[in-house]
Amino acid sequence: MSATDDIEMMASPAKAAPPSPLRTFWWSFAENKGAVAGLLVIVVIAILAIFADWIAPHSPTEQFRDFRLLPPFWADGGTLRFPLGTDDIGRDILSRLIHGARLSMAIGLIVVTLALGMGIVLGLVAGFYRGWIDVAIMRLMDMMLALPSLLLAIVVVAILGPGLSNAMFAVSIVVLPHYARLTRAAVISELGKDYVVASRVSGAGTLRLMFSTILPNCMAPLIVQATLGFSTAILDAAALGFLGLGAQPPTPEWGTMLASAREFVTRAWWVVTFPGIAILVTVLAFNLMGDGLRDALDPKLKR
Amino acid sequence: MTGTAMDMRQGPGSGTETASPVVLEARDLKRYYSIRRGMFAADATVKAVDGVSFALRAGSTLAVVGESGCGKSTLARVVTLIDEPTSGEMRFDGRLAAEFDGRTLRRKVQMIFQNPYGSLNPRKKVGQILEEPLEINTSLSKAERRERAHVIMAKVGMRPDQYDRYPHMFSGGQRQRIAIARALMLNPEVVVADEPVSALDVSIQAQVLNLMMDLQEEFKLAYLFISHDLSVVRHIAEDVLVMYLGKPVEHGPKETIFARARHPYTRTLLAATPRVAFEDKPQIPPPKGELPSPLNPPPGCAYHRRCPFATERCATEVPPLRPVDGRLVACHYAEQMA
Repeated sequence: MSATDDIEMMASPAKAAPPSPLRTFWWSFAENKGAVAGLLVIVVIAILAIFADWIAPHSPTEQFRDFRLLPPFWADGGTLRFPLGTDDIGRDILSRLIHGARLSMAIGLIVVTLALGMGIVLGLVAGFYRGWIDVAIMRLMDMMLALPSLLLAIVVVAILGPGLSNAMFAVSIVVLPHYARLTRAAVISELGKDYVVASRVSGAGTLRLMFSTILPNCMAPLIVQATLGFSTAILDAAALGFLGLGAQPPTPEWGTMLASAREFVTRAWWVVTFPGIAILVTVLAFNLMGDGLRDALDPKLKR
Repeated sequence: MTGTAMDMRQGPGSGTETASPVVLEARDLKRYYSIRRGMFAADATVKAVDGVSFALRAGSTLAVVGESGCGKSTLARVVTLIDEPTSGEMRFDGRLAAEFDGRTLRRKVQMIFQNPYGSLNPRKKVGQILEEPLEINTSLSKAERRERAHVIMAKVGMRPDQYDRYPHMFSGGQRQRIAIARALMLNPEVVVADEPVSALDVSIQAQVLNLMMDLQEEFKLAYLFISHDLSVVRHIAEDVLVMYLGKPVEHGPKETIFARARHPYTRTLLAATPRVAFEDKPQIPPPKGELPSPLNPPPGCAYHRRCPFATERCATEVPPLRPVDGRLVACHYAEQMA
């Protein structure tokens, strides 16, 4: 009988064990140099953010009254005591940037988590039930997408009042439709597959089908969107901070720093340049990593 | 009970299976879909399955045959309780489906799918895939579930260390074994197999079919085997049900039908089966035209526009399914079919 042959035949691939999904993912991710660079920058920023209290040379709010608007150390009049100079009331810019990294990371994380959580639930419900509930959810999302994102964020903050936590909530509302649409599209394409029917034949209930059967198969595009959404969140929160609707002084948030230094732009270039560069580098790093993730997670783009 | 499959099965020539009990009896199953055709047109009704009756006995196989679009897969969805039938009744062990609670019913019918690449959740390990039916339908402990998974894995010829693998690490034939193992986890009485080997290599097809037949013998499974491949049907089935446009056109024991088909459509299907010896091939022309749209089925006999023997009567009068020569057939001229 062929049964023993079969078993031997099935045994052979075990010797050359297929690489685990995680390892193949890392291989294709590491092929993209830009993505690895982005990941490195993010790791550095994350370490700075976590250990800000020990790394930063000064407190972010301490005012050195004798050293106002001091230039960076390589310029005339600069000192290594304040490597990137001081702002108009004598606070060390480097320390404020390092502590700002903590805020920016927290903003990105919280905004993305909120938006992802709400978006997944809305998208799952819309894609799973279809019908009028789908129409209701998706048309609402379309309406939100029709408004300029910053304008919508300003409206939400205007209703809730300025402040960092309200700003984060506003930004997550603004980016929510992207996640809901992505989830819905993925759910609809997965719903038609046989493994979902198989789960139904096994008697799986709605919740199990949604969260245990279908959702894990929809995660790849969502992970990419979440990574790219990190940078959008940081940018939008900075923009709200710049408009005075986000983090309030003296919080060392990068957008707020830009705003409060605006009037010194002609006299002291460093007060606006360094927060700007910090935002630029962080956003760029997240975008590079997001692109790399998309290439690695999307089998259609694999070489 | 006039005119149902039961009568015929008890008649002469129904083979040796009469001793085993009927596990599933379907009577006049219908499944209609209504399709919206825009704001101004009336909704259309598609009769995907229109009056199918059969009886499945423990340890035997009923093959459902027909070209694509004839309602085979809809029948599978109805029998596996994914879709509610529009009308008709199903009896399991002689009791109506509605009399059971959901869980008990689930354990009676399981399914094997056509495409083993789509029917296994790519994000779950083999062990999780196999244990899901137990997790939902039984109160077994984790260790008991694991043990049962290992027992069934051994039955389908898989090694215990493959428990922790993902589906993408297996070939098509191996995946189909996993799918078969999953169908067996709940110890079902009826297994609906929707073209289980048509996506596999011919060499693997025989392996999987033999495995299915071995398991049938061991667990006294009743198979509802959906296929368009008559050589596979010849190999595995005891009874054959030929469907055309949602309706049964010929239904009876395999030997009777294969020896002498009484419906012109069955004859064409049989003639279309590839053969090694060319001379054996009966000289029957292929049917004219294509399968008509189920949205707009022809009047009278659904096959009359493609049938070489069609008369005016066929265009107006729907042929009833009636017993002729040891099988049921829906053709006005069944007796004349030589």
